Amino acid sequence: MAPGILGRKIGMTQVFDEQGRVVPVTALQAGPCVVVQRKTRDKDGYEAVQLGLVEFVAERHVNKPSAGRFKGAGVEPSRFLSELRLDDDPNAELKAGDRVLASEFKPKQKVDVVGTSKGKGFQGVIKRHGFAGGPDTHGSMTHRVPGSIGQSSYPSRVLRGTRMGGQTGNKRITTVGLEIVRVIEDDNVILVRGAVPGANGSYVVVRRSRK
Amino acid sequence: MQNAVIDKITKGELREELPVMEPGDQIKVHVRIREGEKERVQIFEGILIARNNSGVSETVTIRKISFGGIGVERIFPVHSPIIAKLEVVRQHKVRRAKLYYLRNLRGKAARLTERDRR
Repeated sequence: MAPGILGRKIGMTQVFDEQGRVVPVTALQAGPCVVVQRKTRDKDGYEAVQLGLVEFVAERHVNKPSAGRFKGAGVEPSRFLSELRLDDDPNAELKAGDRVLASEFKPKQKVDVVGTSKGKGFQGVIKRHGFAGGPDTHGSMTHRVPGSIGQSSYPSRVLRGTRMGGQTGNKRITTVGLEIVRVIEDDNVILVRGAVPGANGSYVVVRRSRK
Repeated sequence: MQNAVIDKITKGELREELPVMEPGDQIKVHVRIREGEKERVQIFEGILIARNNSGVSETVTIRKISFGGIGVERIFPVHSPIIAKLEVVRQHKVRRAKLYYLRNLRGKAARLTERDRR
């Protein structure tokens, strides 16, 4: 049993459950994936499997070192690779060249989805950390500034980790414990309850949750 | 909609028979109600005062005047399986898409004039 699968975020919609309740879902194009490398304790010091998402990649976009790796494994080149640990299940029968499909996942199972959040650039403290900012009117001259960031003679410096403005988003984010609502095996599509980080079309890793 | 795969998913969720409903229409909503093991159908009848969203997410807001002149509004997801049937009883002449102004009117002032079926 594969520990996870790679895919792309398609987008969100909603479906109805058996009781007629609305369930918000994110559709994920999950796989098909191929095992590019199987890492073992003896050889690599830990148990893991390296998966590649099967998508068309023009030969000229594959550099020589990775072309050699794909050739050695006997698989088609892949643009998106990810390694998943097999610590829970070191005897999993997966070897280079094996396929991983969405049909390995079943409704009601829990998964974690790892993606890259939408980049929002350099943002101030209000958007980035939810600070309140100052009053807009009544002669206020502090509108969107953080205010004091520390004390005077002691400690006389800004404490490390103080929340300030900076790059927001475009960061690896994991959403934990999402329930699989439906699996459409023919299209390799998984519907997962709730939202998933990243823009539509961005790459995601779907991992089985640890219970 | 925007994406072929999403279209395919939502297609299975859509209601097969959907009458043309417009703001101002008098609508009968047949709602399936579960009481323990038994299922029965209850009718909620009122004026459609707003339509929101599109595709599977489409909802209608139905307003009725209950006993004692109390206004009751319910929002129904049009494609929900708990709705057995939707029926247009009669149509009214209205000049806007959202009839929220009816909330501020009562009695005779809240009447709408009927119009011929389109």
